[in-house]
Amino acid sequence: MNTDNRRLDMILAAGVFALLVLPWYRVRQGLFSLDWIGDVVGTEKLWPGLFQALIAGRWQLWPVLGLLAAAVLLRTTRAPGARGRALIGIGLAGLAWLLVEGLSVGLRGWNWGLLEQIFGDVAGQQAFGGGAVVLGTVFALIAAFGAAERGALKGDAFVLGAITILVLLVAVFVFYPLVSMFTGAFQDFDGSFTTEGVRSNIVDPKIWSLACLTGGNCGVAWRTFFLAVCTATGTTLMGLVFALVATRTGFPYKKSLRLLTVLPIITPPFVVGLALTMLLGRSGTLTQWIEMATGWELGRWLYGLTGIWIAQMLSFTPISFLVLIGVVDGISPSMEEASQTLRSDRWRTFRKVSLPLMAPGLANAFLIGFIESMADFGNPLVLGGSGGVLSTEIFFAVVGAQNDPARAAVLASVLLVFTLSAFLAQRLWLSGRNFATVTGKGDGGRHALLPRRVAWPVITVAVAWALFTITVYAMILFGGFVKVWGLDHSLTLEHYARAFGISLSGGLAWTGVAWDSFWTTMKIALMAAPLTAAVGLLTAWLIVRQRFPGRAVFEFALMMSFAIPGTVIGISYIMAFNLPPLQMTGTAAILIACFVFRNMPVGVRGGVAAMAQLDGSLDEASLTLGAGSGRTMRKVILPLMRPAILAALVYSFVRAITSISAVIFLVSAKYNMATAYIVGLVENGEYGIAIAYSSVLILVMITVIGGFQLLVGDRRIRRQDHGPKAPAAKERTA
Amino acid sequence: MTQARGAVEFRNVRKTFGQFTAIPDLSLTIEPGELVTLLGPSGCGKTTTLRMLAGLETPTAGQILIGGQDVTRLPADRRDVSMVFQSYALFPHMSVAQNVAYGLEAGRMKPAEARERAAEALSMVGLGGLGGRLPAELSGGQQQRVAVARALVLEPQVLLLDEPLSNLDARLRRKVRTEIRELQQRLGFTAVYVTHDQEEALAVSDRIVVMRDGLVAQVGSPRALYQSPASEFIADFIGEANVVAGQVLSVEGDVAQVDVGGQVLSLPARGMRPGPARLSLRANAARVRTEGAGVAGTVASSAYLGDHVEYEIDGPLGRVFVVDDNSDVPLAVGTGVVLELRARGLALIPGDA
Repeated sequence: MNTDNRRLDMILAAGVFALLVLPWYRVRQGLFSLDWIGDVVGTEKLWPGLFQALIAGRWQLWPVLGLLAAAVLLRTTRAPGARGRALIGIGLAGLAWLLVEGLSVGLRGWNWGLLEQIFGDVAGQQAFGGGAVVLGTVFALIAAFGAAERGALKGDAFVLGAITILVLLVAVFVFYPLVSMFTGAFQDFDGSFTTEGVRSNIVDPKIWSLACLTGGNCGVAWRTFFLAVCTATGTTLMGLVFALVATRTGFPYKKSLRLLTVLPIITPPFVVGLALTMLLGRSGTLTQWIEMATGWELGRWLYGLTGIWIAQMLSFTPISFLVLIGVVDGISPSMEEASQTLRSDRWRTFRKVSLPLMAPGLANAFLIGFIESMADFGNPLVLGGSGGVLSTEIFFAVVGAQNDPARAAVLASVLLVFTLSAFLAQRLWLSGRNFATVTGKGDGGRHALLPRRVAWPVITVAVAWALFTITVYAMILFGGFVKVWGLDHSLTLEHYARAFGISLSGGLAWTGVAWDSFWTTMKIALMAAPLTAAVGLLTAWLIVRQRFPGRAVFEFALMMSFAIPGTVIGISYIMAFNLPPLQMTGTAAILIACFVFRNMPVGVRGGVAAMAQLDGSLDEASLTLGAGSGRTMRKVILPLMRPAILAALVYSFVRAITSISAVIFLVSAKYNMATAYIVGLVENGEYGIAIAYSSVLILVMITVIGGFQLLVGDRRIRRQDHGPKAPAAKERTA
Repeated sequence: MTQARGAVEFRNVRKTFGQFTAIPDLSLTIEPGELVTLLGPSGCGKTTTLRMLAGLETPTAGQILIGGQDVTRLPADRRDVSMVFQSYALFPHMSVAQNVAYGLEAGRMKPAEARERAAEALSMVGLGGLGGRLPAELSGGQQQRVAVARALVLEPQVLLLDEPLSNLDARLRRKVRTEIRELQQRLGFTAVYVTHDQEEALAVSDRIVVMRDGLVAQVGSPRALYQSPASEFIADFIGEANVVAGQVLSVEGDVAQVDVGGQVLSLPARGMRPGPARLSLRANAARVRTEGAGVAGTVASSAYLGDHVEYEIDGPLGRVFVVDDNSDVPLAVGTGVVLELRARGLALIPGDA
């Protein structure tokens, strides 16, 4: 039982270190800058927890000291088998106390008047710092190790520890912000409870009016819903068209169609909107041609739902394509062949067998399109004009002149209800209906080609749409080299020079306006990527391989966070992390946390898919050979998951670069991200630089993804000369 | 006695999965150096039992002892057992030698020594020169032997084998099971072997534990199970016996006179008293004749299999499945025959008829 004692010693030592050495409260310049060390003796704010409690007289920390001391006492007096229950108690009590203490004492004393009446005054406190955070983790691990010593989950301390930490992280970075947002809706400016804001907003005709049915203007909620239904319908149909062309026709350029699927990954979300304005806006190229040729006045028709819809169709059709190609491909050819041998021609087979088998997949693509459209922020921001959608309304409710957090919270809740309903529909309603068309038995046979009367229209539509997409992207690359779009089409490098200028006089100087945000973006994306991959894959491993109570709920909650629109995350992070006990706004950490927990579900999905291909007996074999869970993970699971790990790394890196909706709430002067900066340029009408900067971002991401494809070798686990290649685990849907 | 290295004991072990009870109450002792087979149809709880012994499942109640030590709550990686998996579970990214050395290195053995021991283990199973290959570059039988070597190199108190032959073709299966048995006899380790194939169980085991619905149906040597099945289930499961009705006429000491379809035979009494009884009738217990004394019947179906013929015979015993070695002149369906019963292939089944 030595290992029981050893791991407990390690975390107890960490706990003592946190209490004795690390500053208990938040250090303004940042803990890792180490600037604070010189001032630590003289400045009370920087004292570690022990001194805060004993000398500075913060009695709210005494229970923390007591609980840690009790844990040390248990370690020295009791054997591992006898102390498990007590350790669990201490760990949970410690966490609970930190929660209560942190939430109830704010910057200027008690947060709630009731407490002040009971206990009298208390000195205000800063947000949690290094000491408090480390100690909180230590308490969580004490509870986990206690459970391990009692034999929970076969006594596996590694698994229990990992679960505890993950649950803690998800609670802090997903649920706490959402709860803060909901409570924020019920607070007025000085923080006391009021229903005024909610009441006035919930009946606001600007949100809920159905007047458009009778010729007026509808509320923003219905407009957003209507747009989402249109986008979802359109992208599903287009996705199906592309999927059919790619798998069921003799179309000669099928392979290159697959390139389309990469586009939404590498394109910052507002770029398509931007390109559309250049093409179809008031002074857009196409607009001018049409006006010249016909003499009509086209005007501003693009701005509004129509324009947003076109942009979303361009943006999300590839996602739907990616979902549906799996569905269309997954239909076992033997079903279609069986139908043909039963006297049905290709058209009847398609109508009676293939299409019905695809139906659940189509519904799935529809719901994904619905959620994506609801959550989209970049395109409505650029193309919304006067009539926005929910996500942009939320943004303007906090940043604009309104500055009405209650309204933002109500709008965010409405948006959340829409997307979560779609998500729940997808999970609950569709999960039971998926036809297991991939049987696992080796099906010989080939997919039947489409009947001719379907094939030709389908190919025509696909080619037309592909050409439109190419035109739009060509606009983006070309637009950066044109002086003033629509007015002066002379070629210039001026935009690139202004954005990415380098001066060599007197040493290398990054003089371009874009460099600052560019390097910040790279730095933060690089830091977020490994964390996202680690958290995502660890979660995937726990979900697939471990059986623990609440596993299904845990998985469900994680996947649900995928359906939370970025705008909602942004607003909830601001409301949660602006004040103690956790104060992170304006730091790089909040951006990283946002990326990690926003992109983690993708890592989880990729990991789950990859893990499902690994026989579970591999883990068990490793365990029975005497390797613990940690070693099993390191030596067996991770090496076999290399492609999934790299995919998760690249994906989270790229998503961190292209994301805008949550980021725009969280950037600060010190940490500005590329996308937020570009949106700022667009708002100032500096289209040239914005386009130039976007093209550079797209090129960077193409390089990264291309490099990744080269880097990922096949896992060398099969003889190279035969057998199908292991399907690389690159789940990029949704 | 159970303190000895390699001894295994289940004490009132119970295992439930949610609402489903896989093992209601299992008590079982395995002696050191014994090869015990857990045999039963799928879903009978044999694999669950093995996995609880390995530490891959935790019993809901009860105790498991290995070498006298209570290991009920001990995680798999700290138990002195190792396991050969049905799928072999060879790590596909490691060479054969790395696979075999894996457990040694996890036990903090120096890499050089681990490599040496791994090479020894590989030559023990006859794969001396193949350490550098990847598992995928070996044949099924070779992979199986790597899995055995990987488990044995740790010199565990107990070796667990979970349907180790099910991924091999029929001919290889016979060869490999002989090899496993030889290795076990030579090195003298305790082994627990799970299979659903009764022939395999009969061939390799010192003792067989037949399980059904989570309960132990019968424990005994292969001979005892075959010759004196404790129930119709055992009679049917081990060697596909016919279960027929008979009449115990008289009992004298351990010997009973039994009337089977009109023929009277002397059989071990097995505690039965005069009266109606049920018997297991092996397929080779009856000779099929066209004339003479015995139980009359007609051929309902016949299948010619080269060195023998399989018949189904309708008669006073119901439909009986028999095998006849005389394959020169197969009898046609509808032929009237006489079954001449032999005491060797017949056994009374204890309990009420």
